[in-house]
Amino acid sequence: MTKYIIRRLIQTIPVLIGVTILVFSLMHLVPGDPAQIVAGEGASEQTVENIRERLGLNESIPVQYGRFLGNAVQGDLGSSVRSGRPVMDEIGSRFWVTVELAFYSTIVAVFLGLIAGIVSAVRHYTLADTSIMIVALFGLSMPNFWFGLLLIQWFAIGNWMPESLEFLKMRPSGWGDSWRQIILPVLTLGTGGAAIIARMTRSSMLEVIGQDYIRTARAKGVSERIVTYRHALKNALIPVVTVVGLEFGGFLGGAVLTETIFAINGMGRLTIDAIRTRDFPVVQGTVLVISVIFVLVNLLVDISYRLLNKRIDLN
Amino acid sequence: MSIQGTEDIILEVKNLQTIFKTDTGDVRAVDGVSFKLPKGKTIGIVGESGSGKSITSLSILQLLASNGKITNGEVLYKGDDLLKLTENQMRKLRGNEISMIFQEPMTSLNPVYTVGQQISEALMLHQNMSKKDAFIRSVELLQLVGIPSPDKRVKNYPFELSGGMRQRVMIAMSLACDPEILVADEPTTALDVTIQAQILELIKELQDRLGMSVIFITHDLGVVAETCDYVAVMYAGQVVEYSDIRTLFHQPKLPYTIGLLKSLPRHDIEQDKLEPIKGNVPSPHEMPVGCRFSPRCPAATDLCRTKMPQLETDENGNQVRCWIYTDEWTGEAEVDIYGETRIAKSGGAKTVLPD
Repeated sequence: MTKYIIRRLIQTIPVLIGVTILVFSLMHLVPGDPAQIVAGEGASEQTVENIRERLGLNESIPVQYGRFLGNAVQGDLGSSVRSGRPVMDEIGSRFWVTVELAFYSTIVAVFLGLIAGIVSAVRHYTLADTSIMIVALFGLSMPNFWFGLLLIQWFAIGNWMPESLEFLKMRPSGWGDSWRQIILPVLTLGTGGAAIIARMTRSSMLEVIGQDYIRTARAKGVSERIVTYRHALKNALIPVVTVVGLEFGGFLGGAVLTETIFAINGMGRLTIDAIRTRDFPVVQGTVLVISVIFVLVNLLVDISYRLLNKRIDLN
Repeated sequence: MSIQGTEDIILEVKNLQTIFKTDTGDVRAVDGVSFKLPKGKTIGIVGESGSGKSITSLSILQLLASNGKITNGEVLYKGDDLLKLTENQMRKLRGNEISMIFQEPMTSLNPVYTVGQQISEALMLHQNMSKKDAFIRSVELLQLVGIPSPDKRVKNYPFELSGGMRQRVMIAMSLACDPEILVADEPTTALDVTIQAQILELIKELQDRLGMSVIFITHDLGVVAETCDYVAVMYAGQVVEYSDIRTLFHQPKLPYTIGLLKSLPRHDIEQDKLEPIKGNVPSPHEMPVGCRFSPRCPAATDLCRTKMPQLETDENGNQVRCWIYTDEWTGEAEVDIYGETRIAKSGGAKTVLPD
């Protein structure tokens, strides 16, 4: 197992090199002169020249890439063009905000999704199943930003709330220690994920419940509850784990809209702001960090396959 | 050898009816099946695919798929009707007093648990054993079913074992709680011939040693001849002939049974060619009104085609569902089918199997 993890970590190196090439090319793939774009229209020639100097754009492209990679390996992703602060510092605290948001959202998604999916599968073709699947379809189709706005309308503004329910009132913005700030954005992100996990769990469970070994378990005199949770679920989890991994990655990189609606100062907003202000080093930095996390999450997913089913040969 | 009233009957199935709800209407998979299982003996349930033999066994344990339903009948185990028990009471019997092994050893074990965990489960459930005791007993059981180095194998996952080994594990699992009855649903069908013989021998040996009764479901008359004391032949959801093993092979009565025996390749007599039974098992949606075998039966008369015969019991306790052996039979007294002469009323074919 340890051997496998080490080998997989080594295997991620080419992937990460590929990512750095893509990230690095960002700046050069944008039509026009990057220095001019960064400086903005109407900037003096001197300013443009200074920026070109600062970003090292005078060098040949391979040399620039080599320097970018060399610095990145040492944890130096350059400095923000706008604020002048090192990109790592810019990412710093915001990174943890986004990780927290993604983590809690994943927990909500897994919790709601698994329960809904299992209930749906165990009672398939009943009213419960149909209702859950309709709700899941809504969850799947409703854009995050819309659901987020609805949640703000209902629970943060909450004009409908009688005084006795005022304690339920949430704060509509920011991210911090208070659960009142955390619940709405986590629900916004998590419910969409829950819908996907519910559908995946349902179909996976239905397939497993039809297997011969489930009949064997019943023939042993095992109760339906144990059949579901011990015999079926563990087998059904493998495709679900894949989805959970992908969703966590998606939450990290794709929380932009949720962060914007709830005015959360996370990576998503940092990225969007950087794109809007043509702050290339920051864009490169955020994309790179998210990619690394994504690769690591996928490694964790692969390892958990093996933990679930010893038959899956990691070699 | 026939089933007399003196024998101790451990399980009696009476007029069992099982239907499956499908999009095209209800399918009667088991339609009035009755048989008795004497204690310590083996009864074979034989039939072609779709004859309802597996559904009969699943009905006994009430392990039918969700669209299956038992609509009528009784399953008397030690005098109690299993069909009247609650699901909880039934669960206490399954894997404990009545256990089952299945056709597909490759897919009948849970891939994510070790064989030890899977055997232990029944022990911990029904015998309140501790995890440790159950583990020790699992090793003993693996040894009992002839698995080499059981202390190592007990920690294996099913995928690490061959088909024959897995079926041995299934048998170990089903024997874990010393069941009174073992239901074996085609336990050797998926295995190759040498392994088949080993597994059959193992079941027989364990039966002798542990004194359990066995319901053996198979389509293979060769397997029946080797293992069973009594045989119920099923056709299209019904028991059509039921007798002790000698009578079935030496004096089969029903044209269908004679046909089955004649289509069996034999090494002990000279056969120019095998006689197949013409036609197919009727579709459950288009069951014949009369005798269900009548469209394929070389001796069928109008009576057979229009009226369903009942399962009649003779003086030896053997049963047959055929008009030929009733007073209502108006056809010829002797009928030749499949090259055999059957003498109506006085007995079945004489020379199917030489002594």
